[in-house]
Amino acid sequence: MLSFLIRRLLQTIPTVLAVVLLVFVLFSVVPGSIASTLSDDVDPQVELRLKQQLGLNDPVYVRFGNYIGKLATGDFGTSFRTREPVTSMIAKRALPTLQLIFTAMAFSVLLGVPLGFIAALRPGGLVDSAAMIVAVTGLSIAKFWLGLVIMYVFALKLGWLPSFGYGDGGLKYLLLPALTLGVSPMALFARTTRAAVLEIMTADFVRTARSKGMSETRVVKWHVMRNALVIILTTVGLQFGGLMGQAVVVEKLFSWPGIGSLLVDSVLQRDVPAVQGSILVVVLAFLAINLVVDLLYGVIDPRIRYA
Amino acid sequence: MMLRMTAIVAGLALVLAGSAEAQTPRRGGTIRMTAPYGSSFTSLDIHTTQRAQDEIYAKALHRSLYIWDSAEGKPVPELAKEVIVSGGGLVQTFKLRDDAYFHNGRKMTADDVIWTFNRIMDGTKAYPGARYVRIIEGAAAVEKGQAKEISGLKKIDDFTLEMKLTEKVDPGFYFFTALTSIYPADEAAKDSFIQHPIGLGPFKFVEHVPGSRIVLERWDKFYKPGKPYADKIVISIMGEAAARDVAFRNKEIDTSVLGPAQYVAYQTDPNLKGTLVEVAEVFTRYMGMNPAFKPFADKRVRQAINYAIDSDLIINKLVKGKAYRATSWLPLTSPAYDKTMKPYPYDPAKAKQLLTEAGYPQGFEFEWTTSQNESWGLPIVSAVIPMLDKVGIKVKVKQVETAVLAEVVRTGDYQAFIYSQQSGPDPLAALKCFHSSTPQPACNYMNFRNPEFDKILDEAGQTDDAAKRTQLLQKANAFLYEEAPVWFFNYNKAVMAVQPWLHGIQQNPTEMTHQNVEDLWVDETSPAK
Repeated sequence: MLSFLIRRLLQTIPTVLAVVLLVFVLFSVVPGSIASTLSDDVDPQVELRLKQQLGLNDPVYVRFGNYIGKLATGDFGTSFRTREPVTSMIAKRALPTLQLIFTAMAFSVLLGVPLGFIAALRPGGLVDSAAMIVAVTGLSIAKFWLGLVIMYVFALKLGWLPSFGYGDGGLKYLLLPALTLGVSPMALFARTTRAAVLEIMTADFVRTARSKGMSETRVVKWHVMRNALVIILTTVGLQFGGLMGQAVVVEKLFSWPGIGSLLVDSVLQRDVPAVQGSILVVVLAFLAINLVVDLLYGVIDPRIRYA
Repeated sequence: MMLRMTAIVAGLALVLAGSAEAQTPRRGGTIRMTAPYGSSFTSLDIHTTQRAQDEIYAKALHRSLYIWDSAEGKPVPELAKEVIVSGGGLVQTFKLRDDAYFHNGRKMTADDVIWTFNRIMDGTKAYPGARYVRIIEGAAAVEKGQAKEISGLKKIDDFTLEMKLTEKVDPGFYFFTALTSIYPADEAAKDSFIQHPIGLGPFKFVEHVPGSRIVLERWDKFYKPGKPYADKIVISIMGEAAARDVAFRNKEIDTSVLGPAQYVAYQTDPNLKGTLVEVAEVFTRYMGMNPAFKPFADKRVRQAINYAIDSDLIINKLVKGKAYRATSWLPLTSPAYDKTMKPYPYDPAKAKQLLTEAGYPQGFEFEWTTSQNESWGLPIVSAVIPMLDKVGIKVKVKQVETAVLAEVVRTGDYQAFIYSQQSGPDPLAALKCFHSSTPQPACNYMNFRNPEFDKILDEAGQTDDAAKRTQLLQKANAFLYEEAPVWFFNYNKAVMAVQPWLHGIQQNPTEMTHQNVEDLWVDETSPAK
């Protein structure tokens, strides 16, 4: 287990390096620089000096080397825009994003997985058809439009919740953006669960369990559910990464102060250190979640061993 | 009869008394404004950012030497009780207020003004306010690293400051924006300042939730007696127009800037129609033409473009009437705007004739660089293409991001581009963008060079006779109309929806969202606590 953990942690290093390099290369070929966003009337000499100060005149490999050197000491650099450390910028934004993603995930798992199970236990029935219509619709709807509809219904028409903002960070403000973000994974979990359960239901070991006289409840609980959970867990792990990407739209729409909206503004203003830092944090979070998922496999299925 | 008359008079008196009472500003309450131009504030150091978004909060937190007075239509002294002009207009002596306190309780002095201006001219930082402070003698030397302090600034005593200018201009136009906000010298030098800014404004900093909101509360030692009226001001960042629309209808925000589509919707909604406040902002939308591109070097071709485009149709149908037709460069709210001037008429036949005269009977092709902007970007370009096609001009569209477009126009790396550029409030400064001495990266994006135009403008700058100056500026503006360095498209009509319980909104042509918040007040019908 320990050697597995160490190996997995070491595997993150080339991944992180590749991501950092990719962002560096992208920003070196994309036109526009921070200097052009700072002022309409920058003295060319001043612009040159500024670029020099920020290291923008150095070749990509030099900048990349400098950045990696700093990164090794935990320094994410200083934002071109706000002139504050990127780490403190991200720290302010991390909690709201985590709140949003975990709430959306909780909602989608708690609703999607049971929905998939119910649909699979009576395949082709009314519940199955209804559940799958909901699932396909949920997967197809654009986040932005869905968010607006949710805002319109729950805030404007029903008056139950505020339509935007972070407020005090409480559930009242969190519900609508989390709901908007959670609909699509909820639909995916419902479909995945249904497919997994249907597949396991026809497996040999289930047939054996039934022929030995095991009750249907026990068959589902001990054989179907546990085996399906491994597949569902994989989907959940992968969806975390997807949610981080989709959070950008939701955060912007609901004025939610997360990493997503920081990333958008940083890209638009060519604030490379802030972009690098934001992407890096998202990638690290994604890798960490996948590691946790891998470890959970062993808890769910004792046959899985970490060598 | 008599009784009825008495009743009517009494009723009228009651109505009048009621309306008078309604107009008496109420103290207390919360103003809930929105910042609509992005998903964050750039920085809490307002010297570092020129985005209109950031000046919204800065108007509450900070103060500059001057302030824009929308009722007067000009900048007026704010941190100075008196400004004495001497030395042929080149020396300005500011009698500073002795009752302006920073939010840490310290009184502002001339030292703070000098420190602030020296800071803005730090050449290693590229502060956008430098383009205004450069008007002070010796400021450019500081920027270039040739001097430590601006030689044209002299402290006479704690509350008297002498400023020498490099040319005869009204400094009010240079020192009213938040980019030249006066900072407390001792505090602003600390690293903590960027987390907890301190200013001279009517509201002091409480909290900033990056990407969500800024909260400010009344500064009790603000120098204007009885002001500000509100206890608190919350500025929410809301970059999405549709989200603002829901929040405004839901009475969660007090102000919302509208785009063309919402403008139409609000006008037709009886419940919202009365909330609209409109102003002709000092921004001109135009297509710039590069004289280095052969066809555009010919005046007749540039004029032909102006004749070939049905600007009114685009403004009415596409921009939904949320703009004013441009005649020449200076906008409607400019003091030198010429009301008698008529815009280029839509006349494709005339355009064809001019193109033939210029040697392009079959037309030509050019590349048009544009951003996605709905009011002055791709949608407009798409509407213009068939109109130009009608007279034989083919267009190849090059779409770029706004940040890239800003660089493209400054470097001259284009054949044509579409843009929105500040064309006021100072008409002289606005027209100076076309002066030969103005480098392209500064604001002479079309690289316009015309000695005749320079002469008119120089004369306008030299004269002390206000009427003559206006006349000369109008002449220069008419000269631009004739030269047509751009397709004169429109002047922005800014539209803001304002809830009925928020009073004191000023129609600020320099930027509608930039309100002098000490004059705003909310009545008791506001749902905000």
